[in-house]
Amino acid sequence: MFDPNGPLMYGMTAVVILFVIAMSIRFIVMAWKRAKKIGMDPKVLRRVAISSAIFTIAPAVSILLGVIALSRALGFPLPWLRLSVIGALTYETPAAASAASAMGTDLSNLITDPVVFAAIAWVMTLGIIPGPVLVPTIGKKIENGVMRIRQKDEKWGSLFMTALFLGMISAFLGMIFATVSEGLRGWIPCFVMIASALIMCVCAVFVKVLHWKWMEDYALPISMLGGMALSIPITNLVNMIAG
Amino acid sequence: MRRAQKYADFRDYEHYVGRWWMLTGSLLLLAVPATICVVYDAWPPITDILRGLLGVAPIYWTVGTIEVLTYVPMLGTGGSYLGFLTGNLTSLKVPCALNAMQASGVEAGTEEGELISTIAIGVSSLVTTAVIAIGVLLLSSIRGFIESPMLQPAFDNILPALFGPLAVVYVSKNWKVAMAPLIFMVVLFICVPALADSVGILVPVGAIIAIVAARILYKKGLV
Repeated sequence: MFDPNGPLMYGMTAVVILFVIAMSIRFIVMAWKRAKKIGMDPKVLRRVAISSAIFTIAPAVSILLGVIALSRALGFPLPWLRLSVIGALTYETPAAASAASAMGTDLSNLITDPVVFAAIAWVMTLGIIPGPVLVPTIGKKIENGVMRIRQKDEKWGSLFMTALFLGMISAFLGMIFATVSEGLRGWIPCFVMIASALIMCVCAVFVKVLHWKWMEDYALPISMLGGMALSIPITNLVNMIAG
Repeated sequence: MRRAQKYADFRDYEHYVGRWWMLTGSLLLLAVPATICVVYDAWPPITDILRGLLGVAPIYWTVGTIEVLTYVPMLGTGGSYLGFLTGNLTSLKVPCALNAMQASGVEAGTEEGELISTIAIGVSSLVTTAVIAIGVLLLSSIRGFIESPMLQPAFDNILPALFGPLAVVYVSKNWKVAMAPLIFMVVLFICVPALADSVGILVPVGAIIAIVAARILYKKGLV
């Protein structure tokens, strides 16, 4: 009898999660050793590790919510595995829903038919395969191209990378405005963005005027958590005004 | 020159290590559905799997390819192998790496930037794994709290709360370059809100506009 919450599923999840932990440690150790070798300050590396850990907590809780949401149909192990490893919240649910639909069912109840469950697991796995295939095959070529740009003209190379970041940030900032035509409630994401941006500006004042150098490392996590916290009164206020 | 050669050697080593980890990780991931099929003798028809894939592959294979082209130069060698296998790139790993590089005063595309990015992504993966594991294990105690309607707006607004501060950092430093892609994207999403579901496809569009704007400004000596 197949059980999406059975020992086999938990066993496979444990193996994959242990693999991810081992891979993360391997790459951290490799980068840390190299950083020390080229004379980077270990204090900077420690600060990076701590601020990255703090930064990760809130988005990780949001990923946990995704695991809980998917667990209603798929049990805990598969969503736990997928969202700890390769998946993303925005991808796993549509992939699971598409596979369930192809099998003539949906995600409203716990799936206990192993054939349907296997089909969903295959679609979730194969639907996001380009990353693991393309990074090892063309990643080096992409990097070499960027290196060549830098070597040819250092200033333009730096500007090129900045433009790449700005392109990505612009796309996501633009997306925040996608709901503004829905009325006042549609502006909530914009208000939250402005609130977290203002907190960032306050942090910058502390760094620049009061010389709180340590805050530089934590300004983004502080601003993001502050923005998320403020989204609660902002939403309540907007709902009150909108009626 | 010697330093550059040593960096090239280090990157080659990272690619060697990364390829093995990526290959093993991919095989492990493929082993999960394969094991279900074998153990339970449950073989879904290939046509059904293909139909299911058809619903997601055209978008997510495109987005995945675009992510590789866009994020690999940002994250560097080690960060890319780690980031693309541990997932949650846009909402977590890429902003985490950008924040770490910015706070440490190093640039992407340099050896220092790549090392900082790798450490940030590695730590982020470990913390994500720990938070999900603790959350699932303590679910009965915390479920009421994290799923409470009061907290819902906070989790609904993670991306605005994340990209607002990132915009302050990057747009304020390079506002001349940022204006063109920013205005284009804001107008586009207001006019076609449905595009919000495929924002990943628009990342390279934003990048191309920003690169063209940067090139023009650079040639004119304005940046």
